[in-house]
Amino acid sequence: MATTTTPTTTKTEKYVGQRLRRREDPRFITGTATYVEDIKLPGAYYAGMVRSPHGAAKIRSIDVSKALARPGVIAVYTGQDTKNVGGVICGADLPGLRKPHHYILAVDRVYFPGHPVAVVVATDKYIAADAADDIEVDYEVTQAVTHPEKALAPGAPAVHPEWPDNTAFVFHQVGGDPDKAFAEAEVIVKQRITSQRLVANPMETRGVVADWRAADRTLHIHTSTQIPHLARTLLSIMLGLEENRVHLVAPMVGGGFGCKLNVYAEEAIVAFVSMKLNKPVKWIETRRENFMTTIQGRGHVDYYELAAKKDGTVTGIKLKLIQDLGAYHQLLTPAIPTLSVLMMPGLYNVRNIKAEVVGVFTNCVPTDAYRGAGRPEATHGIERMMDILAAELKMDPAELRRKNFVGKDQFPFATATGLNYDSGDYAATLDKAMQISDYAGLRKQQVEARKQGRLMGIGLSTYGEICAMGPSPATPAGGWESATVRIEPSGKVTVLTGISPHGQGEETTFAQIAADELGVHVDDITVIHGDTAIVQYGIGTFGSRGTAVGGTAVYIALQDLKDKITRWGAMFLNSEDVHFAGGVVTDNKTGQTVALGTIAAAAYRAMKLPPGMDPGLMATKFFEPSNFTYPFGAHIVVSEIDPATGQIEIRRYVAVDDIGNILNPLIVDGQLHGGVAQGLGQALWENAVYDDNGQLITGEFMDYAMPKASTMPWIESAHTCTPSPVNPLGVKGVGEAGTIGSTPAMVNSVVDALSHLGVRHIDMPLTPEKIWKLVSTHAGSQAA
Amino acid sequence: MTRSITVTINGITQTHEVEPRLLLIHFLRETLSLTGSHVGCETSICGTCTVEVNGKAIKSCSMFAVQANGANILTVEGLAEAGGKLHAVQEAFWNEHGLQCGFCTPGMLMITKQIIERNPDPTDTEIREGLDGNLCRCTGYQHIVNAVRSAAKVMRA
Repeated sequence: MATTTTPTTTKTEKYVGQRLRRREDPRFITGTATYVEDIKLPGAYYAGMVRSPHGAAKIRSIDVSKALARPGVIAVYTGQDTKNVGGVICGADLPGLRKPHHYILAVDRVYFPGHPVAVVVATDKYIAADAADDIEVDYEVTQAVTHPEKALAPGAPAVHPEWPDNTAFVFHQVGGDPDKAFAEAEVIVKQRITSQRLVANPMETRGVVADWRAADRTLHIHTSTQIPHLARTLLSIMLGLEENRVHLVAPMVGGGFGCKLNVYAEEAIVAFVSMKLNKPVKWIETRRENFMTTIQGRGHVDYYELAAKKDGTVTGIKLKLIQDLGAYHQLLTPAIPTLSVLMMPGLYNVRNIKAEVVGVFTNCVPTDAYRGAGRPEATHGIERMMDILAAELKMDPAELRRKNFVGKDQFPFATATGLNYDSGDYAATLDKAMQISDYAGLRKQQVEARKQGRLMGIGLSTYGEICAMGPSPATPAGGWESATVRIEPSGKVTVLTGISPHGQGEETTFAQIAADELGVHVDDITVIHGDTAIVQYGIGTFGSRGTAVGGTAVYIALQDLKDKITRWGAMFLNSEDVHFAGGVVTDNKTGQTVALGTIAAAAYRAMKLPPGMDPGLMATKFFEPSNFTYPFGAHIVVSEIDPATGQIEIRRYVAVDDIGNILNPLIVDGQLHGGVAQGLGQALWENAVYDDNGQLITGEFMDYAMPKASTMPWIESAHTCTPSPVNPLGVKGVGEAGTIGSTPAMVNSVVDALSHLGVRHIDMPLTPEKIWKLVSTHAGSQAA
Repeated sequence: MTRSITVTINGITQTHEVEPRLLLIHFLRETLSLTGSHVGCETSICGTCTVEVNGKAIKSCSMFAVQANGANILTVEGLAEAGGKLHAVQEAFWNEHGLQCGFCTPGMLMITKQIIERNPDPTDTEIREGLDGNLCRCTGYQHIVNAVRSAAKVMRA
């Protein structure tokens, strides 16, 4: 066996840490990426949904005859046809949780506007839309209830008649001795804080192509999802199919933000139709449908109380959290507010907490995970309360925070809510943000501005979050992640990851990890995801877990593989004293080398095997994280309000985030910017509003204000770095950080701008109308 | 009751029978299988369907295919040169990480080309105003602004 010193491609320079442009981009910038709607199967039919126009109604009858008579219509199915299909599955559980059966098509009642009552199948999408309009549903409209506090009031209409109190669950958590803390408090501040319903609004709506191949008894599904393997498992249960006869692909997915971390009725409906008709069937959600029927985020009414000493030490937090669940539990609906409870103390060393969560049914689409999922609400709550306490004590809000931070020498830090914060230096991010923004200078400017009658605000948030979800016992499904790394006979490398990226860029970052570990060129690596027939079982992309959990799985599979490569090299070099680096195995004594390409070819040719080794060169690993990770940061927003219009100008946005090690700064910047945009969206513009009759009145982009290029500020981004000890990459996660940090910083800035007028709190979104009214009513009542 | 239309798409002239109510975006996507342009809202707000008709960026969900009879249409698929060399706006979006999920990107590229053709040296404010008819949910727009600025620089050179 010959040794060689001419490897195929080797690389000594490190890729991890570089601002590498993304390797997945060419398909997107040339318009050749394949999303669900781009998939055309021969002979495919189109499905259109008939949906309830009412929030609550009984279905008296459905007349489908006109639709069936329309040329091009193949079939119509109603809830009577699908009632034996399994209901939509909720994966979360809580003690005493009431779980309504969630039929995929409504059977005798509708529970929220947009509730599907029938599906029309036609030869093209225009005919399907026409035929959906032909269907006459006779409804007996009943009173809807769309606000969670109204739903809890005595005598409120019952969303589910079997549970007249509209209460799905009540969950309590206590840490320390909160009653004592409040009894001994020198200061107590209280505030009702809402976190309005939001629409995730990925630019690509949901969509499904289902193809039942009767001869093979296999179901092939393309669906726009963040969780292809979990979706396959759940759909196979709903449809009564063996899981290994369901092949599910998440092709390119045009954004998710949590709303595609779910399995929806329509996925089962389209599959059901395909199985009935033995034909491929396609359904693409319209934007209007997306507003009405894809899960929404947030939906909190929170009652906060903070107990403190006069010096600013926070001694206790009480929270009553009223969660608007909507009409049903989707995959994780009831679990989301429990994340808020875990996050209650934020970055502060508060030993005594008490939380009561009331999950409330309303005649609205279910809430579930939307970017941050429970943590933005909690962070907004504690960060608003810290400002309210600072105002009460006449302390600077930065000083109050600094006084209460968990100290950098206190890690790992056990919180009163049962978490174990991994690492951090919270004062360092605050210091850096204050330095970049010249906080002291800004406060001086503010004094000047007020003298001139201008409304200038400085707001900050020091946020923490729970990422890298997560240890399996602490998650509704498994929390691990999987990876296979395969060296092909040519020496080129294929990585199969169980996560399902849809914009997060792991085709690049995982290639960076693999290229560094193997010492090969990044272009020698291909990363594959999203196809259950190709990739080993995985959990998916959500909860800022892609790199911290999925990337770690890749990393440990690579370690396994490197061990195998080294043993092959030892055989080639006829030496036990060897090491693998830079794409070659080197004999430490002679300096002789053998390249990865040579080893790969020999491993598949298998003329001779190293002792105890099998042919082939691949490794599959499942990584079970021992803990969550806890990124943190400090965001500062400088705003100015036009008193004549209520318009808010964001003069500066400074974000200092500590997300542990950074694998690709370019991608990290993008994640943070996008997160900040969604957080500012909640603070300033976005609001899913239902009226009392159960109508969603912000059900299109016409009425629902999304962040636009001209409304977004320039984000000045910087970092501190506290590597996570939870995984060998030292990463913490970045997908949700911006969303969590930005909302309270923005609101705190606007409240600060109006604080001298006596304004103490404003509920989101901070629309110009709301601000103008506040300025108008408070003008002349200057406290300062 | 179909009508015959002749259009030049990405340099190729072709004739098709279409229903009068067929939207231009559906004509491109369904009839011609040019799936690069996307449908994000069908209410002319999101801009994912932006293409160029007779040199002007338009939202192809707000136009019927029959209205494009005789028109010269450019879609994202026609941006790169025949040999595969990327257009400056494509290269800039790639270099500046001006995309994440990629769904808005074809529309963003078409509007970027128009912003720069109308104003070869736009300020950041002008860039942001020019992008306002196109929504992106992933990027927060900052890298898109960088991409437009950088493409403009290349196109001026």
